[in-house]
Amino acid sequence: MIEPDRFDRYSRTEGVGRSRRASMTEGEKTMIATMRRLVARVGLAVALAAGAMPDDARAQVPESAEPIKLVMMGYSGDNIIMLIYGKLLQKLGYTVEWTPADYLGQFAGLETGDLHIGSPGWDTTAKAALKAAFDTGNVLNMGKMGIPVQEDWWYPLYVKDVCPGLPDWNALKEPGCVEALSVAETSPRARFLSGPIEWGGYDQERIDALGLDFDVIHAGSDGALTADFVAAIKRKQPIVGWTWQPFWLPTLYEGEFVEWPAYEDACYDDPAWGPNPDLAYDCGRPSGEMWKTSWAGGEAIWPKAYAVWRAFQLDSKTMGELVYRSDVDGVATEVVADEWIAANEAIWSPWLQ
Amino acid sequence: MARAGAFPIGHAALAVAAILAVGLALAPGALPWATAYPAAWVVPFDAWIGEGARWLTREAAIGPFLVKDLTRAVGAVVEAPVVLLQDLLVKGFAIGGVSVGPVSWLGVGALFTCLGLAARDSRLAAFAALTCAYAALLGLWDSAMMTLALVLVAVVYGVLAGVILGVLAFRTARFRAVVDPVLDFMQTVPVFGYLVPAILLSGYGPAAALLITLIYAVPPMARVTTNALQQTDPEIVDLGRMVGCSPGQVLRRVLLPSQRPRLMLGVNQVIMLTLNMVIIASMIGAAGLGYDVWQALKSLHIGKGAEAGIAITLLAILLDRLSQRFGALRPDHHGHARPFIHRHRWVLVGVGLALASTALGVVVPAVARFPADWTVTSGRFWDGVVDWINIHGYDAISVVRDSLFLYVLRPLKEGLLALPWLGVAGFVAVLGWALGGARLALLGGVLTAFIALAGQWEKAMISLYLVAVAALLASLVGVPLGFITARHPRLRRIAEPVVDTLQTLPSFVYLIPTVMLFSVGDFSALVAVVLYAVAPAIRYTDAAVRQVPAAAIEAARAFGATRAQLDCRVVLPLALPDIVLGLNQTLMLAISMLVITALVGTRDLGQETLIALSKSDPGQGLVAGVCVAFIAIVADRLLRAWIARRRARLGLEP
Repeated sequence: MIEPDRFDRYSRTEGVGRSRRASMTEGEKTMIATMRRLVARVGLAVALAAGAMPDDARAQVPESAEPIKLVMMGYSGDNIIMLIYGKLLQKLGYTVEWTPADYLGQFAGLETGDLHIGSPGWDTTAKAALKAAFDTGNVLNMGKMGIPVQEDWWYPLYVKDVCPGLPDWNALKEPGCVEALSVAETSPRARFLSGPIEWGGYDQERIDALGLDFDVIHAGSDGALTADFVAAIKRKQPIVGWTWQPFWLPTLYEGEFVEWPAYEDACYDDPAWGPNPDLAYDCGRPSGEMWKTSWAGGEAIWPKAYAVWRAFQLDSKTMGELVYRSDVDGVATEVVADEWIAANEAIWSPWLQ
Repeated sequence: MARAGAFPIGHAALAVAAILAVGLALAPGALPWATAYPAAWVVPFDAWIGEGARWLTREAAIGPFLVKDLTRAVGAVVEAPVVLLQDLLVKGFAIGGVSVGPVSWLGVGALFTCLGLAARDSRLAAFAALTCAYAALLGLWDSAMMTLALVLVAVVYGVLAGVILGVLAFRTARFRAVVDPVLDFMQTVPVFGYLVPAILLSGYGPAAALLITLIYAVPPMARVTTNALQQTDPEIVDLGRMVGCSPGQVLRRVLLPSQRPRLMLGVNQVIMLTLNMVIIASMIGAAGLGYDVWQALKSLHIGKGAEAGIAITLLAILLDRLSQRFGALRPDHHGHARPFIHRHRWVLVGVGLALASTALGVVVPAVARFPADWTVTSGRFWDGVVDWINIHGYDAISVVRDSLFLYVLRPLKEGLLALPWLGVAGFVAVLGWALGGARLALLGGVLTAFIALAGQWEKAMISLYLVAVAALLASLVGVPLGFITARHPRLRRIAEPVVDTLQTLPSFVYLIPTVMLFSVGDFSALVAVVLYAVAPAIRYTDAAVRQVPAAAIEAARAFGATRAQLDCRVVLPLALPDIVLGLNQTLMLAISMLVITALVGTRDLGQETLIALSKSDPGQGLVAGVCVAFIAIVADRLLRAWIARRRARLGLEP
């Protein structure tokens, strides 16, 4: 048996009760497991509804040996959150499986109960998908992670040489700055490297409203965006692009966010607001939230684990340090999670109460 | 005859249609609705399909059971062998309370090496040993075994499903008429278009991974099977009947075995395409090499991503060569005279070594698990190579990129976008008529018009432009290379593994470095598509040139043809139908890459499926996917009609 604390990618998928099932064919095992799960769920629901369950049995943790499946979406910061939470669950005796899943694809799994605890969904990139998932009634909103996320136009520090006056946005209007930032595809206008179009950053609207001489070039994916960005930074090419925080890119490379007229709701709703009296979107981006999500059906199976997830909170400073430790110091994410748990018992022990 | 009659009319009609198309484009004021399809006329297919998908995946019921629950139960049974193999190779078992570790890495390596020897190919055995050593040394062992488990099962299912579909299509023409377009859809609808419904129906994990892999990998097997059966010599069937076989026996004992070499071509395609899907599979819960590639590239660890990608390629080549060797072994008609142990000695030795080393692993941990401190990585080195090219070669690269962009790509894109939808649909219909008669005309016209009806015209034109440019570039590179390798066997031996690598190395591995060197946009997409789609152009040209009848070449030589005349007047015309068949494949592969191009920022139908995924809107994704399939079907049917016509003129077999 693999000890629960050792983090190995495949020990994550280790189930419980394997020994009892070993002599059957795998098909039978799966059928029996499914039936057992159904019976357990129905039984639990009936018992809870009737209030017939004795108090001590309900309080027993873990309530079920069924593995809880946590989403791993591949980014260091998000993975560390899921690792810390999962390792805390293991301390309570739960069986945990960390399952790879796509950031947006995870919602289909959370809806059906194939995945149980979602990787935090960001307002900035998954607003529509979050809403659609919550609307099905099968995905729970477990509250804010406590880390405000920032996303906006960002530049590496050396861009200040060609666009003096940054971080103030007016510096982007200078002809010399526009010329330095232009490429063949956009010439004579400057190039703004944005994220996938579906992230909805209102870049074009902002460019029009503030009279900037920029063309928006959309990267089709986060991978392409960072590849283009980092390659430009490495050859010291002037570039302004879309980035967010907490994230490894602004952690790894020195740079700043452009400073716009600060966001207010009125800026997006009311054209009269802001520097341009005729158009909306003449301001920076609102900061967003990171939302914790989970499969609704798990509430009845692992109430304690769900309570821990609701209580789970990290702040931006901590998150930044964890990402730094992983991406700049090059420490494996599992180790980063272990270190944090070892050093911060005072923070996490209340979550387990 | 309609066909013969269509030809002379064809040229005139083509000219008329072309003039019509260009005329409408130049005079946009005349018939505005025929130029840009009016937004108000867009038929809301996406809303209908979205509603249908929502109903099917959430509410549809057969009797007391939800369809969703039934498909998931089937999925659980289907994925059971994967789970079993993963236990055997990675996670280990518990038997009667005693935990048993997985088969040791040394044992698996020994088993594969012995399989190579059993296939009577010592070089293959050495390759097997090297592949296993690579995976162990680079610390990819567990991932490789997870992937191996999934791929082995997917290939077995894929071959079985393909043969069954192929046989049914061979038996009944009506079934064939239905299954043929379905296979086209399976191959060309981008996976992101149906990812969410697939997950809802099959559940996250191996079952969903198997489902999307099979959707992509089965069609070539089915096609190859039908084709092979159609080409069987009828005398063989008669012989089978005469010796008293039932129809089932004729199929199993006579038809399929007699076509084994052709069927093995299908197996090769299933293996290659299955390994192609492992990255996408990792996005829906299948851990393994695909996840390693994906995660490494997300953090721009290009070297690490490439190492895992190369492991995928090695695995693909190993499985392919092993299956091909075993497939090519002549059945041993005297085998029963020799004892079982002797006939299967290498397999038995392999299994014995695997068991023995697993047992030894209990005492010696290094035998059970490859020690982590023995692993090496070349990741930093490759990161350094990309950085070096980025810093020192960027100026030269950007000159090429910018001039291609300014003088070729942008004008072409704008030209295509300016074409009126009605003119294009009319042109396709007339072209279809000229090449294949009224049915093809109707098919081409209707499918093209559907794209406009669905409101996808602009994105479809951008897709077409990307695919056409990529296919053109791929043929400009691939066809001459195929000619060269056909003439020089030694070069072919070098080219073969390169072509295999291009087809199996996950495109993500070169997509990210491509973006670093060429920036996001159409150019990066083109580079990635050309790299992937060039393989069939090389392969088919090579085969076509080598199959030109020697008699034709001798005759031309006897008439005193020079080398150049021989090539242009004899070899090329005779080989052309098969070369175009290869270009057709190139085009299909390019279309199947639309799902990837969207990831680097093209504004095509692939992007539409990504947007749909982010909005959880299966209707939008499927409609965009269907438009991709329609482009592929129209292109495929037109090219095939041309090939058939050309072959008939050359007096070749249809």
